[in-house]
Amino acid sequence: MATEAQLAAERHGVFLTTVTRLYNWGRRSSVYPLSFGLACCAIEMMATGMARVDLARFGAEMFRASPRQADLMIVAGTVTKKMAPQVVRLYNQMPEPRYVISMGACATSGGPFRDGYNVLRGIDLLIPVDVYVPGCPPRPEALLHGLMTLQAQIDAQRLDAVRWYSDREARDHPVPSLGRHGLELDGQTIDPVGGLPLLSPLTSPHAEEQRSGQLEHPQEIRLFPIMDDTVARETPWRARGVAREIAADDLKRGGAHE
Amino acid sequence: MSAHESQLLQVNIGPQHPSTHGVFRMEVTLDGETVVALRPVFGYLHRNHEQLAEASSYIQTMPYTDRLDYFNSMTSNYGYALAVERLAGIEVPQRASYIRALMSELTRILNHATAIGFMINDMGAWHTALQFGMREREKILDLFEMASGARMMCNYFRFGGVVRDLPPEFLPYFDQLMRGLPAFFDEFEQLLRDNEIIVARSSGIGILPRDVAAGYSVTGPVLRGSGVPYDIRRAEPYGIYGELAFDIPVGSVGDVYDRTLVRFAEMRQSYRILQQIRERLPDTGGGHINPALANFGKQKALRPPAGEAYARVESPKGELGFYLVSDGSTQPYRYKVRAPSFINLTPLGAMCRGHLLADVVVILGSIDIVMGEVDR
Ligand code: SF4
Repeated sequence: MATEAQLAAERHGVFLTTVTRLYNWGRRSSVYPLSFGLACCAIEMMATGMARVDLARFGAEMFRASPRQADLMIVAGTVTKKMAPQVVRLYNQMPEPRYVISMGACATSGGPFRDGYNVLRGIDLLIPVDVYVPGCPPRPEALLHGLMTLQAQIDAQRLDAVRWYSDREARDHPVPSLGRHGLELDGQTIDPVGGLPLLSPLTSPHAEEQRSGQLEHPQEIRLFPIMDDTVARETPWRARGVAREIAADDLKRGGAHE
Repeated sequence: MSAHESQLLQVNIGPQHPSTHGVFRMEVTLDGETVVALRPVFGYLHRNHEQLAEASSYIQTMPYTDRLDYFNSMTSNYGYALAVERLAGIEVPQRASYIRALMSELTRILNHATAIGFMINDMGAWHTALQFGMREREKILDLFEMASGARMMCNYFRFGGVVRDLPPEFLPYFDQLMRGLPAFFDEFEQLLRDNEIIVARSSGIGILPRDVAAGYSVTGPVLRGSGVPYDIRRAEPYGIYGELAFDIPVGSVGDVYDRTLVRFAEMRQSYRILQQIRERLPDTGGGHINPALANFGKQKALRPPAGEAYARVESPKGELGFYLVSDGSTQPYRYKVRAPSFINLTPLGAMCRGHLLADVVVILGSIDIVMGEVDR
């Protein structure tokens, strides 16, 4: 915030500021996003760059094809388990300072495809996210608002407290691999079907923190997507994720599946 | 190995690459700069569409079809609605059919304008041509938003019609758009059609001969670019397409340039169809939805009799088919999508062989794929 003294000085042609403000002003006015589209949301991301809502007004129109030149990763679309390792790898390749906007319901939580067996339920399980933009897809205006929110966050950063100037050793985020039961890290499933960790160890503010071990819905072990209660009511075998033939067999054997 | 023989080189393009139109990977084997073999790798956007549909009621799948081909949510809706209507024997009122065709043709213009833009993007004209296509897309999306409430994911179709009638402000805005479209076509073609760079980069590139195209069972502008006048709207008319006059543009050589020309011509044909629809729309009768299904609860509780049905529409990318098997319950027993993007992608290796690496992205752009539909 400019003080009275600053304003008085500016009237005499003297411009006073702090290094932090100047530094943040420069950075937030030229955020280069990574040109990286995953699914439908990417189309709206491109529409944001086009004439009607012109991302260039905010200095963020330079979509870079290489993560080495990018400051911002807009995760626009559904992250599948096959794609998730690549997303983390791209994030690791971006130089600090780097930011992530999670665009759309899919990137934030899995969105409409949350119940699918191949869909990662939120990119924030693997990499830290700065701004979430809700919507399916978010309107271009919403993405613009997300960018402005990020700019406000950049403005509030202090040079003496940012992580890339701290003494802490920079570390890559662990890259998961696609295992038999989903994404694995060191042989451990990190995206279990029954629920998700409340606080991901990988993206908590202090990366050294241990996994909390708590599940989102510990009491509810879901075998298969339950989209609608009519499914559970009318075809319980389907809601349990059992093929019809097996269900018929089970019925003969007296509900062995209960 | 003689002194002149070079070593083969494997290059991986994607899954994160600005020219792969989504998350798609190509394993290219190169001899110098010439492509020897190309192997497409997909599945990076496999979102379990078919499995989710089999675990949800019929109408719940409608919004998922929006996300199949996210440029053309209206035509995907159309194909799915048609399949369920065939399965359950639902009548569609005349006005609803007109509204459906109107939305489909608007979608076609939108898709082709952006598809050409994206292809020229791949040639290196970074976003310049695309700006024109996207400008027109925004105008059409405004119309979609008026009718359905959403820009991209319209979810506008219901079994037996569409969710609501056109709002009063729709037609004035539509007329305004129609007045502007011919100028847009002229401008777009003038810019691109005879552009020296585009002709040089695209003519003679990625030739797909007529019989090879038919052998791979490709459809849409790719097949028509190879000279086969096959269009579902003519081959198996659905809705009101049997009553409309339009031509099927075809190419002669089957190269990238021909496909582009076919897309230019198809936009004009869609305009022609839109004019006919606009003329007849005020006199159509029957409301926007079959009265028996106007209540959403009825849509939700729909139980088609046991059996199977296949319905196909001409989506801007080709033949989009939906295959449904019903066991008499509220969810389909089997649900299968015949995605044109996926099948049009199969001859990619054959088209790219012998061309330069830089042409690969142009050929891929000329097929016009959307990964949401390829991987489903
Ligand atoms: S949030 Fe919606 S629009 Fe975005 S990628 Fe997911 S399904 Fe597509």
